[in-house]
Amino acid sequence: MQRGFRLRVAPGAGLLAGHSDARYREAGAEIAADNQAALQAEIVLSVEPPSLDEARTLSEGATLISFIWPARNPELIAALATRKVTVLAMDRVPRTTIAQKCDALSSMGALAGQRAVLEAASVLQRPLGAVFSAAGKLAPAKVLIIGAGVAGLAAIGTAKALGAQVRAFDTRLAAKDDVKSLGAEFLELDFKESGEGQGGYAKPMSDAFITAEKALFAQQATEVDVVITTALVPGNKAPILWTADHVGAMRPGTVVVDLAAAQGGNCELTKADEVIAHPNANGTVTLLGPTDLASRMAQTASELFAKNVLNLLAELAPKSAAGTPPGTIDVRNDHEIGGPMIVLLRGEAPPPKVAAPPTPAPAPSPRQSEPEPPRVAHPSVGADAAPSKPKTQYVPAHPALGKLSHPRPKRLRTLIFASLGLVLVLAWLYLRYATGGTTPMRLEVERFVDQLAVFVLACFVGWQIIWNVTPALHTPLMSVTNAISGIILVGGLLEGGHAGSLDTRSILGILAVLLATINIAGGFWVTHRMLRMFRKQG
Amino acid sequence: MEKVATLLAHLIASVLFILSLRGLASQETARRGNLLGVAGMVIAILATLTQSKMEGFGGALPALAVGAAIGGFLASRVQMTAMPELVALLHSFVGAAAVLVGFASYLSLASGGHGGEAVAPGPAGDAGWHVTVVSPILLGEIFIDVLIGTITFTGSIVAFLKLKGTVGGAPLLLPGRHFLNLGLLGGAVALAVPYGLHPVGGVLWLGLMAILAGFLGVHLVMAIGGADMPVVVSLLNSYSGWTASAAGFMLGNDLLIVTGALVGSSGAILSIIMCRAMNRSILNVLFGGFGTASGATTKAATPMVGDMVEARATEVASMLASARKVVIVPGYGMAVARAQHAVRNLVSRLRERGVDVRFAIHPVAGRLPGHMNVLLAEADIPYDVVFEMEEINHDFPTTDLVLVIGANDIVNPAAQEDPGSPIAGMPVLEVWKAGTVIVMKRGKGAGYAGIENPLFVRPNTRMLYGDARVSSENLLASLPT
Repeated sequence: MQRGFRLRVAPGAGLLAGHSDARYREAGAEIAADNQAALQAEIVLSVEPPSLDEARTLSEGATLISFIWPARNPELIAALATRKVTVLAMDRVPRTTIAQKCDALSSMGALAGQRAVLEAASVLQRPLGAVFSAAGKLAPAKVLIIGAGVAGLAAIGTAKALGAQVRAFDTRLAAKDDVKSLGAEFLELDFKESGEGQGGYAKPMSDAFITAEKALFAQQATEVDVVITTALVPGNKAPILWTADHVGAMRPGTVVVDLAAAQGGNCELTKADEVIAHPNANGTVTLLGPTDLASRMAQTASELFAKNVLNLLAELAPKSAAGTPPGTIDVRNDHEIGGPMIVLLRGEAPPPKVAAPPTPAPAPSPRQSEPEPPRVAHPSVGADAAPSKPKTQYVPAHPALGKLSHPRPKRLRTLIFASLGLVLVLAWLYLRYATGGTTPMRLEVERFVDQLAVFVLACFVGWQIIWNVTPALHTPLMSVTNAISGIILVGGLLEGGHAGSLDTRSILGILAVLLATINIAGGFWVTHRMLRMFRKQG
Repeated sequence: MEKVATLLAHLIASVLFILSLRGLASQETARRGNLLGVAGMVIAILATLTQSKMEGFGGALPALAVGAAIGGFLASRVQMTAMPELVALLHSFVGAAAVLVGFASYLSLASGGHGGEAVAPGPAGDAGWHVTVVSPILLGEIFIDVLIGTITFTGSIVAFLKLKGTVGGAPLLLPGRHFLNLGLLGGAVALAVPYGLHPVGGVLWLGLMAILAGFLGVHLVMAIGGADMPVVVSLLNSYSGWTASAAGFMLGNDLLIVTGALVGSSGAILSIIMCRAMNRSILNVLFGGFGTASGATTKAATPMVGDMVEARATEVASMLASARKVVIVPGYGMAVARAQHAVRNLVSRLRERGVDVRFAIHPVAGRLPGHMNVLLAEADIPYDVVFEMEEINHDFPTTDLVLVIGANDIVNPAAQEDPGSPIAGMPVLEVWKAGTVIVMKRGKGAGYAGIENPLFVRPNTRMLYGDARVSSENLLASLPT
């Protein structure tokens, strides 16, 4: 409302989320007489796609923002097109950093992921955490999470917090760091193929990969107590990852939660919105295929969704400098967030995309497009809660933040090495075939080259050894090198002891001996003092 | 066969030195490593003293005794917080010794004798040739030895004084200092010409060169700020090694060459590690100077918004008592306040209460590589609860409370978030990801490098002002029993 919108709410809209109409009125909204009236608005915000009837009652040229799933609802799209409606699909929010605050799929996924663990825990025949009792000790439950996207990561965090031993699998190697950061084990195939697909989703994998994956799962099936699958491929039916064989191998009392049930399921045997007690050779495995997990936490879900939509409206609102009155939105094909979401623009389908949506950056900063998993949920309650700020942790997006050094171009380096080699060969040829020079001079050069060889080899040895020194001992390293560089003492002795008498030369030498000995004694002793202090725990 | 015996002794000493450094790879083997180093040194000294040409080593023996006494005294008296000063001072001794040996070598040429074995490669009949024709290679080696030695000597003395506080920590930035450096170096090298032309009487030129190089050493280190001292000390460590190597070339002594190379690479690697830890190149550290060149080229840093929220010791103590995972980040401030023992007492009490307390060490914390580790070890904190940055950085999100003791730049989030910040891109400890951050700080000013730290105004940060040792003692006293 602060942005100049007038709000009309359908009667009874908030009932399931625990908000009465009166509260909406208090917050300044107008309650529409009935659904029909509500649908007459210029901008219609909704969670679920409208029914066909509702679609026909939308006023012409209106804008509809909701989950649409256009691939699954062709008739609905056709109906909307006849009304010349502009349709923005919340399921099509681009997976870019800037769009994250609008991404309801992520926020709902995070909720569903958390809830999935709780649902599993409630039917699991054992606690998730370890049990220590006088009767004995029980190891924590093992939870396998397939697909480490937003929902998967949320599930990992929750399962971990409940004390379970968590392992996760994802075809995208970029997910590995996310998984590890939550303290779970990342299962890897002995296989080189990364499933980075478009827009932060995974792409379908090769047959060989799938075979290896199945084998891994078959082995996991005998071990784990809970399996939560969250794998989705956009626009397609969810891939079957947990086959009937896998379910058959599971131990009695174990649970499978299939978060992809709405899209056909990752588990061969789950059915959407059904709880199946599946008997296998060992006993009974419970299969859950909930599709409404987010709705089971309606208040938080609606709050998050509202914030997503609010953020979207703020993004879509034309910048005030443009002179358009507040309280309007401007949907254009080239809008960073709005553009990709367009299903229909004034009743017409947008031109097919030329540029692909960006793939998430590879390993070093996978977070750039992976939404931050909610480690600790702080559902802020109250109508006036400010929209949560976009997290600032998706670093480092700015190129200037990278390393300062630029690797030299490879070709240049090759050139340098090649010319160095050439110079060496020429030098060798010259030395081999050229004669002359006085004998003492030649002997001197030979001596020098001999010493140079020793020097270079010693540098290499030193280089190798010093990199192995543990950083905790860098100060003792400095003091011990201090001590051994006192070896210069040898030089002092040679100069200072050359003759019985004291001449300038031997005085200089003796002074050098004095200084070097301070170094040797001081360096070794202080190193000893320091090293004596380092002790292990206990 | 005497020469063979000497060479063998040198070989054994070199191997012992290598094993000595290798021992430092872990705390378990480090003490044995140190003893191997001592053994190597004893062998080297004995092998030199027993050489037949050492007719008159009598004069050197008192020097050995006095030196050992002074060294032992220094080493047993030094405070662990003062380690950087001691290390810098010892570097300067290596430099000075190398210069002295270099001059002595030159004088031996001039007087017709020769230092060490260098000029006795050929059959006895050759022995007299260098009276008339002195080997230019040897002359060059002496020249280089004196050059590096002097820079090491004066540079280390300045570093010592800066670390001790006698000379201010702020960089001395003379106008046109790069040209001054180039001029000094060029002048010193140019003196090689008259020096080479007077093979026997060139000691004047050698001395003049040493004076120029001395100024260069002083000026180079004067221009470097206090926060960059770890790099400078490492670099001088490296120089002292190269100096020893140069002396080895000069004297034809393989043991010196090998040992110098070991020390030289050690210092070089430490410098590289320090520079990487600050995301700066070595040239930038040596010639850059914080806030001078960078101010003009990068855009201005984002100003800080928000207020620092102060906390009292009693509040912090109750937060500590109720936390499960605590990480302590020590910085130079802890060393200055000599707070490590107070911190130890606090930590052991917390651990008794079942709090998981660990330490996180940034590579450039303190004024010397690994300085913090030594201080914590001195305070009897077991080394297996002390972690390096890479080991612990990913643990901050699951940490309840971080206690930053006298550290600033190494926990500055601007390094990751503000491309205009002078330390942008420097790897830092990501303490702000923890539940709560307590910053123990002497006062409200900016850090050593004078860079604003937005960590202090984060909503999950609380400031605990006061001397680090007093604050730690207060925390301990206010811990609920």
